[in-house]
Amino acid sequence: MAERSPATRRTLWLVLSLVFAFLYIPIAVLVALSFNEGGLPTAWSGFSLKWYASLAGNSAILSAALNTLIVALVSTAIATLLGTLLAIGIEMRRQYGKGLEALIFAPMIIPDIVLAIALLSFFSMLNLTMGLHTIILAHVVFNLAFVCSVVRARLKSFDWSIVEASADLGASALTTFRRVTLPVIAPAVIAGALLAFTLSVDEFIIAFFTAGAGRASTTLPMQIYAMIRFGITPEINALATIVMAVSITALTLSQRLNRGIIGQ
Amino acid sequence: MKHLPSRSSLLMAPALAWLAALMVVPCALVLALAFFRRGIYGGIEYTFTLENFGLVFDPLYAGIFLNSARIAGTATLIAVVIGYAAAYAIAAAPRRWQPVFLFFAVLPFWSNYLIRTYAWIVLLNREGLITQLLRWFGYTGEPPSMLYTEGAVIAGLVYNYLPFVILACYAPLSRLNPELAEASRDLGASAATTFRRVILPLTVPGIAAGAVFVFVLSIGNFVTPALLGGGRFQMIGNLVYDQFLTANDWPFGAALAMALIAIMLLVLMAQALAANRASGHAAQVGGDTDG
Repeated sequence: MAERSPATRRTLWLVLSLVFAFLYIPIAVLVALSFNEGGLPTAWSGFSLKWYASLAGNSAILSAALNTLIVALVSTAIATLLGTLLAIGIEMRRQYGKGLEALIFAPMIIPDIVLAIALLSFFSMLNLTMGLHTIILAHVVFNLAFVCSVVRARLKSFDWSIVEASADLGASALTTFRRVTLPVIAPAVIAGALLAFTLSVDEFIIAFFTAGAGRASTTLPMQIYAMIRFGITPEINALATIVMAVSITALTLSQRLNRGIIGQ
Repeated sequence: MKHLPSRSSLLMAPALAWLAALMVVPCALVLALAFFRRGIYGGIEYTFTLENFGLVFDPLYAGIFLNSARIAGTATLIAVVIGYAAAYAIAAAPRRWQPVFLFFAVLPFWSNYLIRTYAWIVLLNREGLITQLLRWFGYTGEPPSMLYTEGAVIAGLVYNYLPFVILACYAPLSRLNPELAEASRDLGASAATTFRRVILPLTVPGIAAGAVFVFVLSIGNFVTPALLGGGRFQMIGNLVYDQFLTANDWPFGAALAMALIAIMLLVLMAQALAANRASGHAAQVGGDTDG
């Protein structure tokens, strides 16, 4: 960009500092409080891990964490498979209708609450007993759309003639996929899977509506929501810190893989 | 190329079947539900009616729609102003730092939404950080009530969706040809005029994309009004939630959800229009510099 006066540059740095302060202070306060011995938000009484230890003894939180892990792993596995196949299928075609594009884009923009009530109505109309399995069915819907969009971005620069060459040389479709296509798209598939995993771990509203009655299929976000409604406790701070650390790690990894793609 | 369309269809089939069964059919079902009557005991009576849509325009509920639109609109405006300024500052930073700044601007967006909202309860509650800071500066009065206000809801929405606005505005700003701004200055335009007549129009698509995102997600939001508004500030999302989980009036809830989708589609159409007009303007500005 054009040359800037020192005053302009100072203003720009000030803007950046203020925005980053706005973005990070709330999170930083939360993380700091999770290590506060006294547990009160009002006074710092020394560093302690006791709130983390008390989480480990909270069976409701542990079972919610286990449920979340099951939902996230299973829905990510299904979504990664379906989303990747979908991406390859679309990109293989030279043209596709706007309707198809809209259908794949829809799960990413439909308001959560709408998809949540739609699935609730649907499952109850079918008289399906709801539980972890219905949350998984629901999470695959948006997860596969995200995986598909990440893999498609990678396939945009894919040279399809190498697939043809492989076929001409006598490789079966499966061999070609395994030896030619997959190595090229693998980073994007993993990046998409990590994204899907994080989205599923963090998803609250759709899980809340499709979990059915009873506490058996409570996921971590549902547990956190219930705890927050009850009030501020040092345990939520500790739990929040762990959940944030997990999703930020997964997404940083995903981002790195994607950058690798751009770098090539 | 001899792409086999049949193989492509085969690859797409499982995912499309999943979307059809678990998105298209359920959404169609909700649309259908909206035309039925609520049963006496909360069930669904299968007689055709338009009552539910009429009820959406009932002053009570229309008021909540307007309220939601106002809150979402305010949040959008604030997020766009802050986000644009941040994106501008990032685009003006040294090239090698830009990806780093951008990454850290978006990072909070990837952490749990509930937790980011909860962080504001910690900040804004009566004994929260802000009250502590005020005390530290010598304030001795009653702690200000900031939580459970409309302002808290707006702050939460802005905080949660700001990263996306930064991302959306950064894209066109980073692609901006610096020669355009230079040419404008050389021709005697002030910095403000250059910004208003050259930079701003060229970055409208980014602003529109960011604004649409914040508005659509805010107006259908359910968590933020529930947690930061303390249930006192109902938005459409909360209304839909209530119809399904407490009032047990699914047909009306379905009609509300359809109204939400209608608003979303209108906003998306407006965005497409804005983007079209902006690309027309871009061609015009580009043409001027060529000539």
